[in-house]
Amino acid sequence: MKKQSLPELQKICSQLRRDVLRMVHAVQSGHPGAPLGCAEYFVALYFDQLHHNPDFQMNGKGEDLFFLSNGHLSAGWYSVLARSGYFPVEELKTFRKLNSRLQGHPATHEHLPGIRIASGSLGQGLSVALGVAQTKKLEKDSSVVHVLMGDGELQEGQVWEAAMYAAHYGMDNVIATVDYNGQQIDGPTEKIMDLKNLKAKWEAFGWEVIETKEGNDLASVIAGLEKAKSLTGKGKPILNLLYTEMGYGVDFMVGTHKWHGSPPNDEQLALALGQLEETLGDY
Amino acid sequence: MSLDLKYTYTEKKDTRSGFGDGFLEAGRRNPKVVGLCADLIGSLKMGDFQKEFPDRFFQTGIAEANMIGLAAGMALGGKIPFAGTFANFATGRVYDQIRQSVAYSDKNVKICASHAGLTLGEDGATHQILEDLGMMKMLPHMTVINPCDYNQTKAATLAIAEFEGPVYLRFGRPSWPVFTPADQKFEIGKAWKMIDGRDVTIFATGHLVWEAVVAEAILREEGIRAEVINIHTIKPLDTEAILESVKKTGCAVSAEEHQLNGGLGDSIAQTLIRHNPAPLEYVGVNDSFGESGTPTQLLEKYGLNAENIVKAAKRAMARK
Ligand SMILES: Cc1ncc(C[n+]2csc(CCOP(=O)(O)OP(=O)(O)O)c2C)c(N)n1
Ligand SMILES: [Mg+2]
Repeated sequence: MKKQSLPELQKICSQLRRDVLRMVHAVQSGHPGAPLGCAEYFVALYFDQLHHNPDFQMNGKGEDLFFLSNGHLSAGWYSVLARSGYFPVEELKTFRKLNSRLQGHPATHEHLPGIRIASGSLGQGLSVALGVAQTKKLEKDSSVVHVLMGDGELQEGQVWEAAMYAAHYGMDNVIATVDYNGQQIDGPTEKIMDLKNLKAKWEAFGWEVIETKEGNDLASVIAGLEKAKSLTGKGKPILNLLYTEMGYGVDFMVGTHKWHGSPPNDEQLALALGQLEETLGDY
Repeated sequence: MSLDLKYTYTEKKDTRSGFGDGFLEAGRRNPKVVGLCADLIGSLKMGDFQKEFPDRFFQTGIAEANMIGLAAGMALGGKIPFAGTFANFATGRVYDQIRQSVAYSDKNVKICASHAGLTLGEDGATHQILEDLGMMKMLPHMTVINPCDYNQTKAATLAIAEFEGPVYLRFGRPSWPVFTPADQKFEIGKAWKMIDGRDVTIFATGHLVWEAVVAEAILREEGIRAEVINIHTIKPLDTEAILESVKKTGCAVSAEEHQLNGGLGDSIAQTLIRHNPAPLEYVGVNDSFGESGTPTQLLEKYGLNAENIVKAAKRAMARK
């Protein structure tokens, strides 16, 4: 895929945010907060970083792969997949409806192109990504495996089982990104179950840690992912701490757990869409 | 609908709110009652208890395995822990923790599981557990309860606080008819005959008890008298009540928001086959995962509503 300019990519971010809001609004269910905060990450990954093929192959041989461990960001993922050609943009309107391929949480069961494993039950994606990366190593496939996790998700013990494995086996073809928005369902992570010093924790587990402090600035997100890429192949797994704001892009949604899993009503949707330019055409 | 229903309702409420209100009341009655939750306090309706008894409530973060272990430890010291999360994460996610630290070790832990079954709706199959009753009923020492509406869930919550031993309490998300009395006494292990009949017995549990009540009225219009029995306790199963009813009606239907494999129907089949082989038809999910959709759409697509109970009843009668 030909690389696009920053302003062009920014337009996609705006459209992704519109898609997410319209999708969760239409079924009055789903999770707008984190996908809004991860718009820059999704766009940077799919439109700039990944060497991938929208002509979908489940085995992903020779391609960079992405796994969404925090499956409740499905609306954002579906939008970026559709917008990058995995399936018709029109199909976004079936999100969370009966007989749709766009399940509430990502599923392979309905054969949606772009999805390689189900997620939604938190804490499992890093292990899967490591398994995939291990196979790539066995097959001498030099492409990279990305995985996104929530910060609250890191409270799951399985994440740390995987973290230990990754360092032990020198999984230097894995770039794990943490959506460090400081929020989870019941409130700020600090109040719910304090994650304390995440950087030190991952380092202590043997990971190379980079911090992307401006996770909602597209240029910074791309630079962070470039840096992460440059650290692959050096014997250590790479962790990208991505500082984002839940609900970014809509002034009344930003920075609070309240929009983790609540859809906007009609009025709120209109207000929100007023703040986000329609750039590529709504589905 | 002009059906002549034997039970009616004036409001709909979610069974999880019955749990939340019962839990608060249990906390007021007994200071040993404590709560744990893994980042789903709002969804489980545990917030009122937390507000009133902040010192007796523990937010564990998204760490269900840790939560079950903590609960077992607290029980050991004499507390009565109610550990709450979605039914999927309260069972499958932590099966071994429950098996070893709670069931095998016989600890007085109440596992409180919300958003069970298809009626969870749009979140889809990753969250719609349909195997939990089976997993939990297989565990020795475990009592398994699946109440049918807000009032019964509240009563069940109060009852399990007074009961000594591990309990799995299952409830759900959708707003559902409240058709059982507010002042009911909940007797663990005792089936409740809600409607007397003679031609076929409908054994229903959870949300499908309401569908059974509707099915009974439809059948009655056609001259078929169905007996409706509310099996709120899946284990220990009230085999006496089951056998007595089927002795009279000669055939039965089981109805549950669960897989057929390992569900209530299997338990009833075991009972009948041992003591009184009689035709039994099943209403439940037939070896499939769920999907996104509204609760009503899903119950229809997967054949879990009154209409399907009516059909099953006729099939059972035809086999007599
Ligand atoms: C194993 C498991 N436990 C609980 C849940 C319910 N749940 C869904 S999202 C969420 C909060 C996740 O927090 P975080 O990873 O920070 O995501 P964010 O709120 O930032 O989107 C919880 C508890 C789940 N999906 N899986
Ligand atoms: Mg978060």
